[in-house]
Amino acid sequence: MILQIANLHAKVGDKEILRGVNLELPLGQVHAIMGPNGSGKSTLAQVLAGREEYTVNGQVLFDGKDLLSLSAEERAFMGLFLAFQYPVELPGVGNLYFLRTALNSVRKHRGLDELDAVDFLAYAQKRMDLVEMDRSLMSRSVNEGFSGGEKKRNEILQLAILEPKLAILDETDSGLDIDALRAVAKAVNALRSPDRTLLLITHYQRLLDYIVPDQVHVMTEGRIVRTGGKDLALELEQHGYLADAKDHTLPVGGHR
Amino acid sequence: MAIEQPLVSDEYAYGFNDGDVSVLKFGQGLTRQTVEDISRIKQEPKWMLDFRLHALDIFWKKDMPGWGADLSALDFAKIIYYVKPSENQGRTWDEVPQTIKDTFERLGIPEAERKFLAGVSAQYESEVVYHSIHQDLIEKGIIFTDTDSALREYPDLVREYFGTIVPAEDNKFAALNSAVWSGGSFVYIPKNVTSPIPLQAYFRINSQNMGQFERTLIIADEGSFGHYVEGCTAPIYSSESLHSAVVEIIVKAGARMRYTTVQNWAPNVFNLVTKRAVAYRDATMEWVDGNIGSKATMKYPSVYLVEEGARGMVLSIAVAGKGQHQDTGAKMIHAAPHTTSTIVSKSISQLGGKTTYRGLVHFAKDAAGAKANVRCDTLIMDDLSTSDTVPSSEVGNASALMEHEATVTKVSEEQLFYLTSRGLSEEEATRLIVMGFIEPFTRELPMEFAVEMNRLIKFEMEGAIG
Repeated sequence: MILQIANLHAKVGDKEILRGVNLELPLGQVHAIMGPNGSGKSTLAQVLAGREEYTVNGQVLFDGKDLLSLSAEERAFMGLFLAFQYPVELPGVGNLYFLRTALNSVRKHRGLDELDAVDFLAYAQKRMDLVEMDRSLMSRSVNEGFSGGEKKRNEILQLAILEPKLAILDETDSGLDIDALRAVAKAVNALRSPDRTLLLITHYQRLLDYIVPDQVHVMTEGRIVRTGGKDLALELEQHGYLADAKDHTLPVGGHR
Repeated sequence: MAIEQPLVSDEYAYGFNDGDVSVLKFGQGLTRQTVEDISRIKQEPKWMLDFRLHALDIFWKKDMPGWGADLSALDFAKIIYYVKPSENQGRTWDEVPQTIKDTFERLGIPEAERKFLAGVSAQYESEVVYHSIHQDLIEKGIIFTDTDSALREYPDLVREYFGTIVPAEDNKFAALNSAVWSGGSFVYIPKNVTSPIPLQAYFRINSQNMGQFERTLIIADEGSFGHYVEGCTAPIYSSESLHSAVVEIIVKAGARMRYTTVQNWAPNVFNLVTKRAVAYRDATMEWVDGNIGSKATMKYPSVYLVEEGARGMVLSIAVAGKGQHQDTGAKMIHAAPHTTSTIVSKSISQLGGKTTYRGLVHFAKDAAGAKANVRCDTLIMDDLSTSDTVPSSEVGNASALMEHEATVTKVSEEQLFYLTSRGLSEEEATRLIVMGFIEPFTRELPMEFAVEMNRLIKFEMEGAIG
């Protein structure tokens, strides 16, 4: 298991958003979490990536280590990656420079040599080709003035460059038209690997037409309430989430 | 300007001093005799002595500015007004006294000169101790020398322009500089001549209580182009030093002049500088002005756009840390039709520092169709630090167009989380955000200076992040 979450709770102020999440992700698989707005999906993603504004309780093992005691950058060094739902703009910070700084920071902590500008460019261009990203985006400021599709593509490029063990894709499909969705999905599929786990967070089944998951989990009211195969997504699309939450209250993955 | 030596201070890279290396040093305080002695040592013509003495009278009569930075710690009676560091000016570095040469080596000047400069002037205390210019620029007729030498060698040119752009009456510190000025650069670029690589001047204060009063005069003749760059440092002492320069620039029809400053004074230096340019028909004047360090800076580079089609630009950054106040800005005087100006001011305050943008855009009644664009962006790093924006405009012509935009931002938690989630430490993340903030400025610097600027900013930011 690359990730084992047991009884995870998270609060902002007095408001409890995660209410005992249990989830296990094997290495090399693609899992999806689906659920209605406000069910806690994005909070789970941010808590796992190390956002500090939450008060967190419970246990999370990432690659066997206690994830919750680590800072955001230490989680990145260990190979955890979050593709943001709303990628942040960094005016004046060149995309290429940002990506090289990030990669070198991660490489340094993994005991690898840092890449100089020339070597990095060669490496980055290969990854850009893999995710079919327009090279002109590299010379612009990070995400500034990017279209919705370009921003999401830039997240996938970062995933391709940083080569994490676990990538969480938080609503990567939102705001994309069908062509952009297909292109992003193609890029994500190119990054599937036996050494990498992908966790897709989405509202809609349509993303899963293009990135076919091994398992689908349903989240409502801060808990994983149902787990099934890829057909579960279709069923949800037809019947909705709330009905399911009432019909299937057995938590899944909470073996401990 | 890479510096190989270990940095001397945690807070300021250039805080070392060389001890007293002077060959002649005045006592503290300013009298009529001080001014006469300076003029006599320099063997100046009578008109210059008269100019100085007239200015001294104005200095004594004028009040201190009633606005801007707090100058109450500045005691004119404690300042030393003239220090001569060496007998002669070197044309090669080997002719410069060893201690002073070592200082400039440490600051990276000879290396920078070899790599990318067309000429270098290095002023130490009151005098220029080293001067060089590429032979091919001399052959093009470009003059680049110190202002004292210019007064001897090009008396007519100096007399024609000296004090015409910034008269002694302008303000108290312009009057002080006019009375006791020493050193500075004189640049003349002939008609239609282009100086493709920068000329650089470097100003170093070494003595305690030193007052440095360089005087720079630049004339860009019709259709010419030039780029002048200056850098400044000083040691850290417990008592205050004063840097009070006057810079006058004449940009004739169709010419373009750029003046780039990266000032990094020690935190005990009062930096009170008057910089002004006049731009004629279709001429362009650009001030690129970076203010890091000093105890207090008051500086408002200005451009008088006096003929049709003249253009002015001020692009500035100010960084204020603990105990520092950067009161900086720009003035654009549109005195002719279809003149245009742009002001971009970026300021960063941290650790209780204070930045003030103080700007003026004036449209005279003849300024039909003139346009001005002002943009002020402030980044506040913590709750101790403050920032003010004091823009003003005077519109004497209804067809003039003025745009003003101001933003105040903090480093956002979202940006920090985004960067740390990619494996950057909080310190690296903050630095990257700050670099991005000042990128519109650094992108205008020659590459070597941009690298230096980023290094300085990185240095300033260390200790600012807990």
